[in-house]
Amino acid sequence: MTVWLVVLVASALSFVTKYTGYLVPQRLLEHPTATRVANLLTVAMLSALVAVQSLSMGQSIELDARIPAVLVAAGLFALRAPFIVAVAAAGVVAALLRLFGWAA
Amino acid sequence: MSFSAPEKVALRAGIAVGAAVATYGFSFGALSVASGLDVWQTCVLSLFLFSGGSQFAVVGVLASGGISAGWTAIASSAFLGLRNGIYSIRMAPVVGTSALIRPVAAQLTIDESTAVALNQNEPRAQRVGFWTTGIAVYIGWNLTTLAGALVGNVLGDVNGLGLDAVAAAAFLGLLWPRLKQLQAGVVAAASALLATTLIPLAPPGVPVLAAAAVALLVGLTNWFHRPENQDAHLQPDDSSDPGDVPGLHRTDSAS
Repeated sequence: MTVWLVVLVASALSFVTKYTGYLVPQRLLEHPTATRVANLLTVAMLSALVAVQSLSMGQSIELDARIPAVLVAAGLFALRAPFIVAVAAAGVVAALLRLFGWAA
Repeated sequence: MSFSAPEKVALRAGIAVGAAVATYGFSFGALSVASGLDVWQTCVLSLFLFSGGSQFAVVGVLASGGISAGWTAIASSAFLGLRNGIYSIRMAPVVGTSALIRPVAAQLTIDESTAVALNQNEPRAQRVGFWTTGIAVYIGWNLTTLAGALVGNVLGDVNGLGLDAVAAAAFLGLLWPRLKQLQAGVVAAASALLATTLIPLAPPGVPVLAAAAVALLVGLTNWFHRPENQDAHLQPDDSSDPGDVPGLHRTDSAS
């Protein structure tokens, strides 16, 4: 397994998913279950990624500078700040806390 | 070439959304190289995978789990991208059935192009909205990915100090607009709880994939479904992150 393999396989699967939708019958959309599951899968994956990226260090849970950083980002998203502003703010908060030795 | 008034509305919406999404591309490019991918790999993801959430998942999972989490990165990305297949079914009658056009349309079928198309009332305006948005986002996303990757390369280790927090915040930002409905909120909370519980119990990557079970359970049973506000469905939505795209179901648009 190399990074290139991951990049290319993920890209191929993305295209196959998109293209398949153009080949299947329209009738499928009359049953909202497929749409609902697909939308909820997106929510579930993103939410789990937020949790794992904020809390995990390998196989242990570490509470460190990521927590205040993500809370700052959440506040900015709630205030409808642009994506790049909130994301950059999280990076700056975590970096500063570590630089001053206030958080791991 | 001249456009009717509704087509001009669709054209302007597409260009505006393309400009807004471009800033996400910069974040992606910078995060990707800071996660250990090179500039080429980063650009290939934006050129060929071309779906923001899935791209962030690939680099985020690789950044925290290393190359041994490669298959998990692929699976997370694929699960996140399944909704694009649903968008494609809905966009098929909009873009037509030409065998030459379809692969191009498929590549451009994402949250934004689908949402702008469905916000238009006329078939021709829908088509203009789909193509304008798809092309504008594709160009903007790829240019800013490259810019972000090059800047990230220069920043190097400085960037690394807050990198893990940047990845977490990026996922939160992609999730945020999708939390308007109770059902999505419940799935998000349960997924975060399940993933956190599994962190010490399962190999890296598995906690994220396990959250798919929550989506399947709630999605198949339609648990926590709350009847939606019908008026909200009729309002045009110009946001660049449509979340649950209004009017996706044919039954909805017929009512």
